[in-house]
Amino acid sequence: METDVKRRIMLKGSLAVGVLGVAAGAGLLTPRVVLAAWPKEAFAAKMMPEMLQALLGSDSAQESGEIKIKAPDIAENGAVVPITVSTELAGASSIAVIAVNNPAPLVASYELGEGTEGFVSTRIKMGKSGDVVAVVKADGKLYSAKKEVKVTIGGCGG
Amino acid sequence: MAKKSIKIRASLKDDVTTVKALMTHPMETGARKDKKSGETIPAHFIQEVTCESGGKNLLTAYWSGGVSQNPYLSFKFKGGNKGDKLTLSWVDNKGESDSAEVEIG
Repeated sequence: METDVKRRIMLKGSLAVGVLGVAAGAGLLTPRVVLAAWPKEAFAAKMMPEMLQALLGSDSAQESGEIKIKAPDIAENGAVVPITVSTELAGASSIAVIAVNNPAPLVASYELGEGTEGFVSTRIKMGKSGDVVAVVKADGKLYSAKKEVKVTIGGCGG
Repeated sequence: MAKKSIKIRASLKDDVTTVKALMTHPMETGARKDKKSGETIPAHFIQEVTCESGGKNLLTAYWSGGVSQNPYLSFKFKGGNKGDKLTLSWVDNKGESDSAEVEIG
């Protein structure tokens, strides 16, 4: 009888260790999956104000002529739309690229290091025609500019 | 992950270094469907790209699946010197990663 109880405790113990081991193993196997810095909420946001709030901590951006978006007027292939954002704004610390009519509007967010110029160039997908908005954070304030791109063939879905 | 998924070049001109990088990645949004089977293709895209030189962070990019397949990235910075090492690395939503080093020329 007594041995039986002991055996049971042993089993319980080893089971617990087993579960812990698996948990730790899982944790070790995915070392960099948890990207705390990746702004998940902002990427999930459908509307501009909540996106900007989640991403940059403010929901209003002032239009600025000092941000230039270089993008084609007509994009024949929505899967590859070259977008270049440049700004002369002093103290620019981040640039966000938003395709307003995309299912996930926030496409890319760049944090600029010290000495990095207000210039980024990427190719993005666009589901359909619409505005491409660039939001620049400079000295804690948000500035924006937009450019309409007409898309002949969509780049999202299939 | 396939080896050498990053092509990178950094060139210095008039105190401004221009970095151009091309990465090989499917950049699946997770919304696309396989035409034959009708099944949704799971999301697989680069989430974070970082670039640094001399222990200084130059650029951090956070991406969604809205960036085109085989992403291209270009940016400029001041204060680089010829021969300086520059490292670019990416991590995707599956935890895969790669990095490449280049000398500023």
